[in-house]
Amino acid sequence: MTQSLNHAMAWPDARGRYGEFGGRFVPETLMHPVEELERAWEAARADEQFQAEFHRLLKDYAGRPTPLYHARRLTEHLGGAQIYLKREDLLHTGAHKINNAIGQGLLAKRMGKTRLIAETGAGQHGVATATVAALLGLRSVVYMGEEDMARQASNVFRMRLLGTEVVGVGSGSKTLKDAINEAMRDWVANVSDTHYLLGSVLGPHPYPVMVREFHRVIGRETRAEILAQAGRLPDYLVACVGGGSNSIGLFYDFLADPGVKMLGVEAGGRGANLGEHAARFAGGRPGVLHGTYTYVLQTGDGLISTTHSISAGLDYPAVGPEHASLYASGRVEYTRASDQAALEAARTLARTEGIIPALEPAHALAEVIQRAPKMSKDTIIVVNLSGRGDKDMGIFQSSGIV
Amino acid sequence: MPTVSTSRVELRFRELRERGAKGLVIYLTAGDPTLDGTGKLLAAVDRGGADVIELGVPFSDPLADGPVIQRASERALKAGSTLGRILERLPEWREGIGAPVILFSYYNPVLQYGLERFARDAARAGAAGALIVDLAPEEAGAYVQAMRAKNLDTVFLAAPTSTDERLARLVRLSTGFLYLISRPGTTGARSDVSGALGPLIERARRHTELPLAVGFGVSNPAQVREVAAKAEAAVVGSALVRAIEERYAAGGPNTIEQFVRWLREGTDA
Repeated sequence: MTQSLNHAMAWPDARGRYGEFGGRFVPETLMHPVEELERAWEAARADEQFQAEFHRLLKDYAGRPTPLYHARRLTEHLGGAQIYLKREDLLHTGAHKINNAIGQGLLAKRMGKTRLIAETGAGQHGVATATVAALLGLRSVVYMGEEDMARQASNVFRMRLLGTEVVGVGSGSKTLKDAINEAMRDWVANVSDTHYLLGSVLGPHPYPVMVREFHRVIGRETRAEILAQAGRLPDYLVACVGGGSNSIGLFYDFLADPGVKMLGVEAGGRGANLGEHAARFAGGRPGVLHGTYTYVLQTGDGLISTTHSISAGLDYPAVGPEHASLYASGRVEYTRASDQAALEAARTLARTEGIIPALEPAHALAEVIQRAPKMSKDTIIVVNLSGRGDKDMGIFQSSGIV
Repeated sequence: MPTVSTSRVELRFRELRERGAKGLVIYLTAGDPTLDGTGKLLAAVDRGGADVIELGVPFSDPLADGPVIQRASERALKAGSTLGRILERLPEWREGIGAPVILFSYYNPVLQYGLERFARDAARAGAAGALIVDLAPEEAGAYVQAMRAKNLDTVFLAAPTSTDERLARLVRLSTGFLYLISRPGTTGARSDVSGALGPLIERARRHTELPLAVGFGVSNPAQVREVAAKAEAAVVGSALVRAIEERYAAGGPNTIEQFVRWLREGTDA
């Protein structure tokens, strides 16, 4: 175990591998842009000025640090473990996605790019990209599956209000994976002036490590906050896992602490059959999608499966390669919550704490609602409340939970 | 890594060189519009004068392709075209066809099929080699080894943005020919073939003696001629696939044979 912990902290290697996972599987036309990005990122990472500007914007613009909130009423309601919420939902634009968008936006500017493109599922990453484009004076185009545009209509309007062009993607399953295909096609044709601001710990190296590094602030803050409030490290960290950016951001700085257990919650959707969920570790196997080798929901012929989740942000057939390695080593436990459990968890949090979560972290809460009652009262659970529920009002309204 | 024996693709290019002629490489998607139609289309393309045929394995997420080949992939997947079925049917499709057939695929279907099993079954089916569009040389070691063991060609793509360092890596693993991408972007017809092509061809020549085939955006005899003036062959994909989309239902294989003959005008001196 100790050895696998050490490895996990040193990854990725020079080829962008996390153990056997990760790497760089893209057409030759994208190899140069990806290599150029890697060099620019390595230089920026080591540049104190860049880091200072990043952290200044996180603080003054995005609203960091976010609070760690001891949810006493929810804790009492469940009658077991102490539950703390990392309030990423309080950030500007309403989700953790802004951390990465600011980081990559600054990097794009530093590289002399004048145009940002992005994919979005729930629309939170699209809104974060549109916001940063406005802030930095860059043009932007966001690709979004037509099905997601319909179910997250308010975010589509927010992006347009911010001056971004939102392009509907009608191919394939009309969701996040198809939006990524389209963004990659745009990038390969416009690479001289365009940065692809990928929104999760996915894609070819260096995206998974770069996006992780921009979100590590979540775990760093949580560590200081829980030590200040509880005087010790938590027993459990819990986060939802779509691509896996909010979860890796929370988990990463605790990976070397063997006493901190970690739970990643995938979308269980409405059933166990292929196409009815987005639980990659339950129903998938290793394969290549969007430039990386990781767990993928796919047919026996290697065609990528369609997925379903009530939460557009979790509705994706692959998972970040670092999660695949954390699954393989057993360091993180992965489980899933159904559409219905997520809806009910959102209602529970709304009524016990006056906080309406986004449907994505509602999956993490659903798992906590299952487990916390069976735990002792001195157990500490930190849940990453990665986004707020404003965008999901239409789904809540039509779901019949009220 | 030298080839063990001269491949059919190499032989084809050698014949062309001896005749002082240029080559025409034709792409089509297997199973578009049906699996049964593919045999007829391969025969038509061969009769029309293709020197090498790239047979596309449809994929659910063809991110290197423009709209024309995306639509072909969707039609083919609906028709039940998978790598397994393609390898099963290929011996029958290839009967009486002179042009070597290269399988053109995304990596995941091949990876799931199994690299060694893929090489074995591709060789058994009579394929001359493969091109995996999203497999860069850095990750291609096991695949190339499996293909070499069966004397199959591994064609790689080079782009105008490929640095000299990358070109050196690509030509080390490429056999049969080197596929040059004429311009940045996805597959699909364009009115001009990029100005970046000349310098790319010059750079590629410094790294390799392999025949050079140029594709992406080549759609008519004039463009074939422009490309053939500088390289050993032109690759036509989306334009042929569009012809299948628009004309095959009404005109059958003969219209596709005529289309290839028309393209072929560009390779005549």
